Amino acid sequence: MKESTPFLLDAQRVSKTFPGVRALVGVDFSLRKGEVHALMGENGAGKSTLIKTLTGVYRREEGEILLDGISIDFKAPYEAPEAGISTVYQEVNLIPTLTVAENLFLGRQPMTLGRIDWRKLNRRAKEALGRLDLDLDVSLPLSAYSIAIQQMVAIARAVDIEAKVLVLDEPTSSLDVKESARLFDIMRRLKEQGLGIVFVTHFLDQVYEVSDRITVLRNGSLVGVWNAADLPRVELVSKMMGKELRALEGTTRGPGAGEADKEGLLRTKGLGRKGAIHPLNLELKAGEILGLAGLLGSGRTETAETIYGIAQADEGCVEIDGVNRVLKSPRDSLKLGFGYCPEDRKVSGVIDELSVRENIVLALQAKQGVLRRLGRKAQLEIADRFIKSLGIATPSAEQKVKHLSGGNQQKVILARWLAAHPRLLILDEPTRGIDVGARTEIQRTILKLAEEGMSILFISAELSEVVRCCNRVAVLRDRHKIGELHGADITESALMATIAQG
Amino acid sequence: MQRSNVLYALIALGLILVFDFFFTPGFFTLEIKNGHLFGSLVDIVFRASPVMIMAVGMTLVIATKGIDISVGSVAAIAGALAAVLAAKAGAPLWLVVSAPLVLALVFGAWNGIMVALFGIQPIVATLILMVCGRGIAELITDGKVQTFTNPGLEFVGNGFFSGVPFFITVVLLVVLVTWLATRRTALGLFIESVGINARASTVTGLPTKLVTFSVYLATGLCAGLAGLFYSSEIKASDPSNAGLFTELDAILAVVIGGTSMDGGRFFLGGTLVGALVMQSLTTTILTFGVPVEGTLVLKAGVVFAICFLQSKEFRQGLFQLFVRTRKAS
Repeated sequence: MKESTPFLLDAQRVSKTFPGVRALVGVDFSLRKGEVHALMGENGAGKSTLIKTLTGVYRREEGEILLDGISIDFKAPYEAPEAGISTVYQEVNLIPTLTVAENLFLGRQPMTLGRIDWRKLNRRAKEALGRLDLDLDVSLPLSAYSIAIQQMVAIARAVDIEAKVLVLDEPTSSLDVKESARLFDIMRRLKEQGLGIVFVTHFLDQVYEVSDRITVLRNGSLVGVWNAADLPRVELVSKMMGKELRALEGTTRGPGAGEADKEGLLRTKGLGRKGAIHPLNLELKAGEILGLAGLLGSGRTETAETIYGIAQADEGCVEIDGVNRVLKSPRDSLKLGFGYCPEDRKVSGVIDELSVRENIVLALQAKQGVLRRLGRKAQLEIADRFIKSLGIATPSAEQKVKHLSGGNQQKVILARWLAAHPRLLILDEPTRGIDVGARTEIQRTILKLAEEGMSILFISAELSEVVRCCNRVAVLRDRHKIGELHGADITESALMATIAQG
Repeated sequence: MQRSNVLYALIALGLILVFDFFFTPGFFTLEIKNGHLFGSLVDIVFRASPVMIMAVGMTLVIATKGIDISVGSVAAIAGALAAVLAAKAGAPLWLVVSAPLVLALVFGAWNGIMVALFGIQPIVATLILMVCGRGIAELITDGKVQTFTNPGLEFVGNGFFSGVPFFITVVLLVVLVTWLATRRTALGLFIESVGINARASTVTGLPTKLVTFSVYLATGLCAGLAGLFYSSEIKASDPSNAGLFTELDAILAVVIGGTSMDGGRFFLGGTLVGALVMQSLTTTILTFGVPVEGTLVLKAGVVFAICFLQSKEFRQGLFQLFVRTRKAS
């Protein structure tokens, strides 16, 4: 039935090469009107490159892209929306200090007699949001709204420019379940209006919830295209990974493994910070993985930042090895043998202009002090070891980190901390935005480290991951600790019940 | 890619020297008089030396994504103090030399505290000292040009050491020490890391504030050394003119040398080449007797061209134009 619909967007045999990497090799991709088409693949599969080729950020080297049957070749990113291809990226690319209405019409404000017609601007902004069933005060600054709403404003802006094709690049990675559901409603609505939507995500559930077709890429090549209904989830995962699903098994942690006999490493005593977390008690033993679960905004990251000394506690203290301490800075924590993989790797994680090697040795070097410089040979040896053991996809240790894909950047930060041999490692969403294969790999690494005696504070929005990895889980809601689950009691349903009831 | 910017600076220097080879008679002549090396080349290095020293410090500051526009004023302050002390009979040489350097360090620390501890934007923090620094220098010399006779201090800007002007050896020493301090320890890596992403550096446990503080300390000291030179060379202090606008020369030398104002990777060698480009340009222009009014414009034009060459977008555009015209013909 739908098969006969002519393609709205049809990319044929598109290729793109970067120095040392063939990012896309003769990839086909097609999109129909009124279709949500999921683009799936592991890190470095070529999803971003394909999208950037479609939207004029990169120029293809080979192949043909047809929009409504007409060949297109954008020379600059701004030409894409003019032709009808709009993109909303993972990070909201709007201006937080301007109002919602200004953001919606920035660069194309309605004018009257050479002045901005504010009334018309606000009215049209209301209309544009109304089409997505959003009712906001358009005269408030964008920053007054949550990331989820900001993202929807970005979508409203994108589709208001008479878009035919909407590209959503990991739009849900910072949204919670409810917000994602709302976004899907909007996607369905737009679909009914005849828009073609390209949807990139790492969440498998979401793919099946809204997508009509799925295209899978791997290592820059096309693996195949399927109707979502015809491709079982297990199949999808193995197509993405290029291997059988067996690899996913065997990552379950023996619940409560040897908990009682280990000594306590860290105990927070009424640790609190105004406006961030209410005083809470946590305990972490050597070789234990303690999970922090809760919805977005429940205070997980704030707790981690306070323990690590990025933010200052104004109540309580942290007892480490039986001694009460106030950690004033990450540097103090580092010297005590702590490590912290932050949630937003771009802002607080990678030093993007430095090489993979330099990024990996950075924490170890900071620990050793400025005077005891690691020799170049030692640095290379460390970097190469982790590139191998974590499977970091990079042409060499001297590659700038900014040229790596997101998942590989995450692995670089993990490597940085592993190289520094911390006693306690705080992992804040270590697998966010990472594909299934790398995710399993990282989870397995975490379990192995705990077995070797490292304590881990594990934060994740994905309950299945928390269940798989943790010995104990502290549940947070609205910046309070509302419960704790142990060993065999840790199941997804128990966690959800705790979060829901408290 | 940035490393290649050093190459463009070298090319620019080469072009200027080639120009001089053909059009300035005797430019490359070196002769030994009284056991001292003389010639235009030596003169260029000598003339460039105070800016070179300041630019070395500036390189580190710019690598942390900062800037220090007070170096000219700090040089004036240090020079003023040196002159006043030297004019006093009986002041020991070690005091005449070290007191101005300590004072310069204090001002460097002042800048460093404002930037690193209080988070004031570097250009604003150092602007304060740039403006009031010359006033402080005037206060030190009581508002007049202070002349002195002090063989020790005079040696700094006029003496010779193993055949070449003494201050050139000071430059070499400063460069060597800076290179050792940044590349043989982890300081260089930390500076670059802080300049690229200060927040991530802090989270990783780097002593971000200390690193930032230390680079301003370094520019302070470098400016102090340049100040000694300025006073020594003319055997007097000139608070309102010593080192005037040299902060701009130092910044330009850094940028021409391939270190980006965005912070991050820094190239000490590039900075030296940058300073030499500026000076050889000035010397060449002066030898040609271009009227004083024209020199600054001409200098700006050449710097402009170098900056264009370093722009990737410009080079690509030029390349495409070249390809197109070749296709057309």
